[in-house]
Amino acid sequence: MSITIDKPGMLTSLQDLGRYSYQQFGVIASGAMDPFAHTAANLLVGNSENEATLEATLLGPRITFETDTYIAVCGGDLTPSLNGKRIQNWRPYKVNKDDVLEFGKCKWGCRAYIAVAGGFDTELVMGSRSTYLRAGIGGYQGRALKEGDRLKTGSFKPTFKPVSVNWKMSRGLRTVYENMGRIRTVKGRHFDYFTLESQKAFFEKEFTITTKSDRMGYRAEGTSLQLERKEEILSEPVLFGTVQVPSEGNPIILMADRQTTGGYPKIAQTAFVDLPKLAQAKPGDRIVFQEISEEEAQINYIIQKIQLNYLQTGIRLKNREG
Amino acid sequence: MFQNINYLSFGEAGILLEFGSVMDKKVNLQIHNTAKWLNDHPFDGFIETVPAYTTLTVLYDPMKFIHPNKSAFELAVEQIKRRIESMPEENVTVGRTIEIPVCYGGDFGPDLENVAGINRLSQQEVISIHTERTYYVYMLGFAPGFPFLGGMAKEIAAPRLSSPRLSIPKGSVGIAGEQTGIYPIETPGGWQLIGRTPARLFTPDLETPVLLQAGDQVKFYEITRDEYHAREAEHEHHD
Repeated sequence: MSITIDKPGMLTSLQDLGRYSYQQFGVIASGAMDPFAHTAANLLVGNSENEATLEATLLGPRITFETDTYIAVCGGDLTPSLNGKRIQNWRPYKVNKDDVLEFGKCKWGCRAYIAVAGGFDTELVMGSRSTYLRAGIGGYQGRALKEGDRLKTGSFKPTFKPVSVNWKMSRGLRTVYENMGRIRTVKGRHFDYFTLESQKAFFEKEFTITTKSDRMGYRAEGTSLQLERKEEILSEPVLFGTVQVPSEGNPIILMADRQTTGGYPKIAQTAFVDLPKLAQAKPGDRIVFQEISEEEAQINYIIQKIQLNYLQTGIRLKNREG
Repeated sequence: MFQNINYLSFGEAGILLEFGSVMDKKVNLQIHNTAKWLNDHPFDGFIETVPAYTTLTVLYDPMKFIHPNKSAFELAVEQIKRRIESMPEENVTVGRTIEIPVCYGGDFGPDLENVAGINRLSQQEVISIHTERTYYVYMLGFAPGFPFLGGMAKEIAAPRLSSPRLSIPKGSVGIAGEQTGIYPIETPGGWQLIGRTPARLFTPDLETPVLLQAGDQVKFYEITRDEYHAREAEHEHHD
């Protein structure tokens, strides 16, 4: 069972929810930029949330299936089509041998996640299938996909026999993408190191995501953020969504391929539930950081996880799984 | 045993333990010992630890700490405190001492001449000073297996390059300010390169994928170009 990459698209790589337990050694976590869309795509085809999916960026790949299976595409709308017929995001589809999945232009968002029932059967490296591009490990041969690559897919559970695939994940379960320009953040550890003016500007002024943005981090531009006093900061761990500010004053939002540690002052931490909005943002998009408390951020995180658990249970019932 | 730890919420699934605020080997050793203790005695919901100079970050799964009137953060902090309280008193141990062979100068160390010039030393003097000291690994970061080493002599300090190199070969040994380090994988970087080691600092398929670990001590020793190539050939033989 496998799929063939006829065209790789702009940047398509295998990702799961990330590589943990090895950050102590400087090994980055990587993983899907939009963990919500990644998880949804997996659940829709009966996979567990941590199976690898293909993360496509702006321009999607062209894929031929060598076997009958189920697929789902979630996240950015890169206008997918199956054998030339437009298909929708956020729902499962049955595909047959020799079917072709293709993408057109990007209508909304930036990154789409393609899940295949059974996941992808690639080797686990340090417990994860995520591609760590710079070190050349994980995923498919440690790199972004190329024309002609053949990826083995896992065997999907024999219990996964959808009665119907003619349904879609409801809009109410996709509220994460509402208010795309509003990014909720919690004050960072070094927030007080900034001038009062910069502290105010951070939560009030608009910032633009620049072209210097990739899987590692997004550079934003707007009001220059300045420190009250120059303080030497010793390197310490950073997280997905940490907003740090180098001395030139433009904030950097650290994303999936962030380094494990950083030495710039941390002005804020992006709420986990708003990371999907950033993953779907493009250079030129404008954002405003909105302050929330750490308790609120954690409660939102828990609520989202519970919603995804409900979705998983709902799909299992729909598919008459055990 | 460590009464002065601050427990700070860091993201939805992280707790930053602040042990101090200035670089200090003793404090840093406490951090690594605590990290090791937590890794060896994980609580339900524990994910991993990330040690740094003066802090230890503990990642956990908030879904394991759902409670009607306590936050997941509070509950996870209680778990960590309980674990730390059960740490044996005399648990502070120094790591191993690891010797790293380096072939200095030439095209392996294109900035050796520059580092010598800045400090008004001969190239051989820079090498002697660099190999004389024992360095301490405060933490790993920047790249897999990249050690942040403390203890370099000020006499061989050199500023970062004004324009970083786009690609630095793996194994390169460099100096930046009063720090010295080794690049485990090919990456861009701005350190002044003084030599190269055939030692593998990052081997992804090993259970412990890194040669140097935080808390270890490092000593460099000089090898010839022939010895370097012999070691490299040995690696290839094993690969």
